[in-house]
Amino acid sequence: MARIRSDSRSELDLVAILCLAPSLLYVLAMFVYPFLYGIYISLQPKKRDAGIFSNYVAFFNDAYQYNTIKTTFMLALPTTVAVVLAALFLAYGMRRGIWFERTITTILVLPISLGVVFLSEGILGFYGHNGWLNQLLLAAGLIENPLELTHNSIGVTFSLFMQNFPFCFLMLLGYISGIDPSLESSARMLGAGPWTIFRRVMFPLIAPGLIIAFALVFVMSFAVFPSAVMVGQPAGSTRTISIAAYQQAFEQYDMSYASAIAVIMGLCQLAALVVIVLVRRRMTIATTMGVGKR
Amino acid sequence: MRPSRAYAGRGMADSIDKLQMSITKRYGGKVVLDHFPLEIGGREFVTFLGPSGCGKSTALGIIAGLVPPSDGEIHLNGRRIDDVSPEKRGFGMVFQNYALFPHLTVFGNVAFGLSLQKRPSAEIEQRVRDMLGLVRLAGYEDRYPGQLSGGQQQRVAIARALVLHPRLMLFDEPLSNLDAKLRVEMRAEIKQLHAQLGLTSIYVTHDQAEALSLSDRIVVLREGVLMQVGTPQEIHDRPKNVFVADFMGFRNFLDVTLGKEAGGMIEAGFKGQILQARARDSFRPGEHAVLAIRPEDVRLGKSGDGVNVLRGKVELVEYLGREQEAEIALDGGARLWVRSHEKLVLGEMLDLTLPADKFVLLRRE
Repeated sequence: MARIRSDSRSELDLVAILCLAPSLLYVLAMFVYPFLYGIYISLQPKKRDAGIFSNYVAFFNDAYQYNTIKTTFMLALPTTVAVVLAALFLAYGMRRGIWFERTITTILVLPISLGVVFLSEGILGFYGHNGWLNQLLLAAGLIENPLELTHNSIGVTFSLFMQNFPFCFLMLLGYISGIDPSLESSARMLGAGPWTIFRRVMFPLIAPGLIIAFALVFVMSFAVFPSAVMVGQPAGSTRTISIAAYQQAFEQYDMSYASAIAVIMGLCQLAALVVIVLVRRRMTIATTMGVGKR
Repeated sequence: MRPSRAYAGRGMADSIDKLQMSITKRYGGKVVLDHFPLEIGGREFVTFLGPSGCGKSTALGIIAGLVPPSDGEIHLNGRRIDDVSPEKRGFGMVFQNYALFPHLTVFGNVAFGLSLQKRPSAEIEQRVRDMLGLVRLAGYEDRYPGQLSGGQQQRVAIARALVLHPRLMLFDEPLSNLDAKLRVEMRAEIKQLHAQLGLTSIYVTHDQAEALSLSDRIVVLREGVLMQVGTPQEIHDRPKNVFVADFMGFRNFLDVTLGKEAGGMIEAGFKGQILQARARDSFRPGEHAVLAIRPEDVRLGKSGDGVNVLRGKVELVEYLGREQEAEIALDGGARLWVRSHEKLVLGEMLDLTLPADKFVLLRRE
């Protein structure tokens, strides 16, 4: 005991480890173990005589399966771009506060509290074949046939947009309103108009936060499942990779193959994150210098 | 004075001839500036001085165009400019927190305005380098603001504004984030740049020493109302009211009742004693007034003629390095601050002489 006392550094380390232990255990039990176990299962195919990688081989030899990667990308990428742009536009406009700011923020953020299922039901009711929007437009004589906005990729994009926009908006609003307002004032005094201020001063400072927001929204969108089933076309145009994994697990009862698909999905997300982080580092190598010390 | 090389080819700065204004600013129902009048001539250095919340920064923001006035007009060389947006006024501004662009190098910061004007890159290069030389930052071109000290950052901010040859330079408490020693150094540099480049400058500060050392004229503000305008000497020696006197270091304010006036001197009754002060117009016998005097103007000991002598006990001593300042409890019950090179001992009884010509006679508020 006395020896530990005398060495304050080792005592500190011990305390640090003890304090960290709960969260460390949580991460191990809830994330690392299931993840490794999933990989382990994916390497034990249902068929006894098949090789350990046979699930992965099967996935990449079956167009019906490997096309889900492309389908998911084609849903997630445009949605993410739309969400980030819309959030950037609004958050930038609200950076110095506006009238009824709290009310407007509440309305914008409300979808978070509703849950995906409720949101999807709402989208079906409003944008569906017999939804209010189509009935209104038909009654007004603006269209002759109902618009098909649900049970296809448009519906899923709507749903994903509504789910992910609030997160992105709140993140960017916090980030942008944290930028010193006198930077804008000084740019104006040097002759910059609003657009120049955005392009040459504010955007470079927002970019790091924007890229992080992009990465998070993309990963969330890539894992799309409930809305792809409810407002999409799960057997066709919106058969995302998570649906493929679900079908293997709960329709084919092939846990091993399902795990392999889940691992592939995780790797896709990881690959996207790596690309995004590399872009961020390239774009903002100068920006990050000195930002913290402002 | 020869124009600096940083201004070569353009002569001295395209300074203004005259800036005139009278502005009012209200936030909600609160009046922060009440018909604030000002007239500034070319090459002048004018300081807005006052405690925080007196409206001095708001006035500067209105001149810059960053804050819209509620009422009133601003005229520059006879032309109305209060409807011109700040980026088109051609004024330079230096902010308290420097407001450098953290993502640009020192060079990029100083070149920012010139590149917006689409100047040829050779000219930009030349002017930025000359200007950085002028503020003694040659060789720092490739550093980022985060890698500079506070004083260096403020010099970049000054260079960034000056490189555009502004018609009017606006300084918004530029030195208040710096430590005391650096503040005095930078103060001298700003004064030198102002003279060397033939600038017209408006400077906002709450520091009276800064205002006195820099200005041609000082404008003292209190809660949006102009209290006094004058040269540093006028403000320092002849404050017009208790507020300005208090701000300029008069620490003793004696409530007196005025008596007879004779030979340029007026009698002032103070706690049963008669003091002599220099008479001023518009004060009448019988009137209640205030006599203000600085602690450093109070003399220890009795004067030869025994006029204006008060007696009291040392109650508190503040050590100031070369001098000491002490609070004296006078026999009549009032208190007086005295500054002296001599050692003052707690509890000691002292005779104090208040020289008649050091008093400033002020109206009671």
